[in-house]
Amino acid sequence: MNEGSKKTIKTLCFAVVGMFTFSFALVPLYNVFCEVTGLNGKIELKATSDKSIEIDNGRDISVQFVSHNNEEMPWTFKPSEDVIKIKTGKYHTATFYVKNPTNKKMTAQAIPSVAPSNAASHLKKLECFCFEQQELAPGEEALLPVRMIFDDELPDSIKSVVLSYTLFDVTDYNDVELTRHHHDGDDEGHEMESSL
Amino acid sequence: MSAVIESHNHDDHHHGPAKGLTRWLYTTNHKDIGTLYLWFSFAMFLIGGAMALVIRAELFEPGMQIVEPEFYNQMLTLHGLIMVFGAVMPAFVGLANWLVPMMVGAPDMALPRMNNLSFWILPVAFFILLSSLFMEGGAPNFGWTFYAPLSTTYAPPSTTFFIFSVHIMGASSIMGSINVIVTIMNMRAPGMTLMKMPLFVWSWLITAYLLIAVMPVLAGAVTMMLMDIHFGTSFFNAAGGGDPVLFQHIFWFFGHPEVYIMILPAFGITSHIIETFSRKQLFGHTSMVWAMTSIAILSFVVWAHHMFTVGLPLAAELFFMWATMLIAVPTGVKVFNWVATMFKGSITYETPMLFAIAFVVLFTIGGFSGLMLAITPADFQYHDTYFVVAHFHYVLVPGSIFSIMAAVYFWIPKWTGNMYDERLGKLHFWLSFVGVNVTFFPQHWIGLAGMPRRYPDYALQFADWNMVSSVGAFLFGASQILFLFIVLKTVMGGKKATPAVWEGSRGLEWTIESPAPYHTFTTPPKVN
Repeated sequence: MNEGSKKTIKTLCFAVVGMFTFSFALVPLYNVFCEVTGLNGKIELKATSDKSIEIDNGRDISVQFVSHNNEEMPWTFKPSEDVIKIKTGKYHTATFYVKNPTNKKMTAQAIPSVAPSNAASHLKKLECFCFEQQELAPGEEALLPVRMIFDDELPDSIKSVVLSYTLFDVTDYNDVELTRHHHDGDDEGHEMESSL
Repeated sequence: MSAVIESHNHDDHHHGPAKGLTRWLYTTNHKDIGTLYLWFSFAMFLIGGAMALVIRAELFEPGMQIVEPEFYNQMLTLHGLIMVFGAVMPAFVGLANWLVPMMVGAPDMALPRMNNLSFWILPVAFFILLSSLFMEGGAPNFGWTFYAPLSTTYAPPSTTFFIFSVHIMGASSIMGSINVIVTIMNMRAPGMTLMKMPLFVWSWLITAYLLIAVMPVLAGAVTMMLMDIHFGTSFFNAAGGGDPVLFQHIFWFFGHPEVYIMILPAFGITSHIIETFSRKQLFGHTSMVWAMTSIAILSFVVWAHHMFTVGLPLAAELFFMWATMLIAVPTGVKVFNWVATMFKGSITYETPMLFAIAFVVLFTIGGFSGLMLAITPADFQYHDTYFVVAHFHYVLVPGSIFSIMAAVYFWIPKWTGNMYDERLGKLHFWLSFVGVNVTFFPQHWIGLAGMPRRYPDYALQFADWNMVSSVGAFLFGASQILFLFIVLKTVMGGKKATPAVWEGSRGLEWTIESPAPYHTFTTPPKVN
């Protein structure tokens, strides 16, 4: 085999390893891309650090809350109010009611999604029950808060926003720090009351 | 097919094939390995075809008659996987093994031992895949696109075996591609510049690069599935911060170039056959090369047209729509070049030419329905209907598979030294041609009328055309038994072929005797 062939083989093997690595690099790329652009209705699972977005003369929008249970998740999970009227640039606290009706201790994780998706980047949260896993004892119930604000840059065409949460049963995933998978150990602002 | 080749070798330094089974197990000869690939792909074609007939038998009438819905899903999944990875791809690799060294004037493939390995792991992969039919919970049932979480959270236990078999198929394809590229880049006869290379070699060079680029991505996708299923990761599990839509992006980043992997070698084959039977030099050799290259490059930026309905932003929908439509330009160049080659040619209609002309016409129909699907707002209506099924079967069956059959008829005299039976070949062509159109054309209509794909049952208004489609499928299936008979008959004997075989044949492979000796071009030919 001549030198040229050896060189071609080396280059091609390098390309194969490179593309295999690239397929895994697609995962963080995708998440970063979705969060930066707010595509897919994805919002950051961490508290905002921006203190200067509060203003006094924002416009009126309505926010609808939607709650889903994934698969056979047995918890009761519903928003305290289905629709609220708020102003952009003003903080508002909404609550969700959860109850664990089973006779075993369970852990849940809520995953948010925003529609329309171009509203996602304008929604900021000071605190949210979705930042952490929620653990409830048998029969325990709780009111989970989300403190949020829509910045005034929200496009004028958006008069109404749907904020939806899907509740996943993660009891069997206990050892995994789930929110970390998303944010490589960024713990800032994760403290909150998990139950009232 | 070369089992009957009697090797009269005049070169003292070389010997003929070994005798018995070990000849095939240990062979490093590109012709033997090509033959193995082709027979393997034929066997997979018949198995995958039998599964398609189970599907069409169930869909003959509305209601559930023959199989359980769970088994129907398994048939659907295995049919797709076997046809893509077991029939079409190995057939093209087999053709590359036989033809690339002879066309570039090389004595063999660059890496003969790896060539042996890349073939022999394929039967292992498909044994694993098929054995999942007999496992608890049945075979994979999530469709050949294996979307998560269907293929992770809700998958049968046999999915792990499916993942390993995909890994092995991928390894085989990657090794095959490395072999093809190294052969083409380093072993061409003196004087054969890249632009003088025959188009089949060009098409395979581009295909091999596509395989190198995307098979590792497929391996990555199934590895992530494996980790989600067994190691508690959450690549595609929303509860853990993952995203099922991410799976579709990764899969189609592999999947769209994969579609062109299954058609580019067909473009090469068709070019050779049309110029031979038109008795004219191919019109626009250079533009053919550029067209294939641009199709290959564009294939990396159109993947999301498979997922217009997942909720992409408007800008992305528009980008992927226009990028997809752009592919019609180089494809159109190719179709017009084939037509221009035939224009004012002295055409005769032997079986390979019939298949090649049918390829051009029917592949173009599949291309047009592809353009319809590329229109984003229309795709919301067509998505996951039988219109999509009709579209991709038109480009794969009378596209890729007709080109493979054309190639077999065209080169089998070179492989075996015998002419095939022209009368039976034409009969096979016409039965296949009628069968394929009766099967798939009505699926456009029932798709536009709203019949969703992948269900074992359907609403009553779709009954008539489904029945027609099933009749066509059984006609097409039966005519492939005739194909098997014709190939076997040619291998056993027949009118002896001349070295040139065809009146208008061009290229190095037609300068050597028929059947091609076991070792060819041990001293490289001179190309002007």
